[in-house]
Amino acid sequence: MSQIPADLRYTKSHEWMRTLPDGTVEIGITDHAQQSLGDLVFVDVPEAGRQLAAGDACAVVESVKAASDVYSPMAGEVVAGNAGLASQPELINRDPYGEGWILRLRPAGGTAAESLDAAAYAAVAAGG
Amino acid sequence: MVDFGGWDMPVAYGSQIEEHHAVRRDAGMFDVSHMCAVDLRGAGVRPLLLRLLANDVGRLAAPGKALYSCMLRPDGGVIDDLIACYLDEKWFRLVVNAGTADKDLAWIREHAKQIGVAVVPRRDLAIIAVQGPNARAKTLPLLPDANRAAAGSLGGFFGAAFDDEWFVSRTGYTGEDGFEVALPAEAAAGFWDALRAAGVAPCGLGARDTLRLEAGMNLYGSDMDETVTPLESGLAWTVALDGNRDFIGKSALEKQRAGGPARKLTGLLLLDRGVLRSHQKVFSAAGEGEVTSGTFSPTLERSIGLVRLPAAAAGSVEVDIRGKRIPARLVNPPFVRNGKPKIEI
Repeated sequence: MSQIPADLRYTKSHEWMRTLPDGTVEIGITDHAQQSLGDLVFVDVPEAGRQLAAGDACAVVESVKAASDVYSPMAGEVVAGNAGLASQPELINRDPYGEGWILRLRPAGGTAAESLDAAAYAAVAAGG
Repeated sequence: MVDFGGWDMPVAYGSQIEEHHAVRRDAGMFDVSHMCAVDLRGAGVRPLLLRLLANDVGRLAAPGKALYSCMLRPDGGVIDDLIACYLDEKWFRLVVNAGTADKDLAWIREHAKQIGVAVVPRRDLAIIAVQGPNARAKTLPLLPDANRAAAGSLGGFFGAAFDDEWFVSRTGYTGEDGFEVALPAEAAAGFWDALRAAGVAPCGLGARDTLRLEAGMNLYGSDMDETVTPLESGLAWTVALDGNRDFIGKSALEKQRAGGPARKLTGLLLLDRGVLRSHQKVFSAAGEGEVTSGTFSPTLERSIGLVRLPAAAAGSVEVDIRGKRIPARLVNPPFVRNGKPKIEI
């Protein structure tokens, strides 16, 4: 069974979001997503300063099996991409909600993107 | 679990990359019972295979010796690739692919009935491949006592049959030493568990694919099929055109060799980040082609693949990966053998 921490928000496309004390939002892919992809071998993270709209493809995670886009759950400006993933993509397999974070975003405000709580995401993950 | 030629098979039991490394560094095992062993029995078996196979079973002089070959259509298209093992003058065993087994059997039977050779698919047998530098040492103590000495003395590409049930051959699909063990299906689970207890890692289809691709071995249906010949598939070394032997597809291959095949299959090393996947377009100075197999090589930590290109293509090429052209280099497979890189990175 995959881990779905109760204190995070989720998307139907298997991203998670964590609001940090400074108001920025940390984004990664869920434990369920990393399990489905298998061993990750490359991760492309966005550069700081890039402006994203909600739903933009903002990163690529590639495993031995398949390549998959990561979608930004909300509009905002990229504050940082996780540089450690360039040499250690397996951090996402090992610690998807911690060291395996993918990017940090300063939300642009406006309409909040649709997000799910842990229980609602668990239903999405169970469905496939 | 995925469907593979009609069989439900695991992509990985755990980490696909760890399974890969287990085979390169120690020992791993694959349940390859989907592959079909076919016994051919009768006095005419060698003449039958001299006609049916592009490689020359006339070279098989020592009992137990095996040979890799393509079986061709009259136009040279590849019906299947297989292993043929010479057991005695009235008994050869073939091991064919799962997805092609039905059409193979139909094709072989059509020719076998004319010479009175019996064609017997052995679906009663399971097959477990144990591969890696320590594979033989870990497998031998677990074989039936009566078979151990003979199995232990097998040379490369030799097999031995025991009482028409257990069959051990020093073959594989990984570029490492090891055995493929055919055994009665009811004994397979116990043998698997014993291997696991001896420290042999269970490996899935994912690792099987990365290992065979590093070893530069073709996968039927991806790297070749009935629309291409062995000469266009990196398999010229498996075709015995010399001499008077008349095998099915020979005249088509002779014609193609005389004119020079228009296409070739060769190796591809990606020079930047990304992963080669089948069907990606490849651009060379000699024209366009397509990746037929691609993956991430856990041993080289680079992406590698096989590509079919115009025969004149050489050196630097570009690959369309998700809309971007990524530089790559053509190389001669294998990429890795016996745990060691065989190409320059």
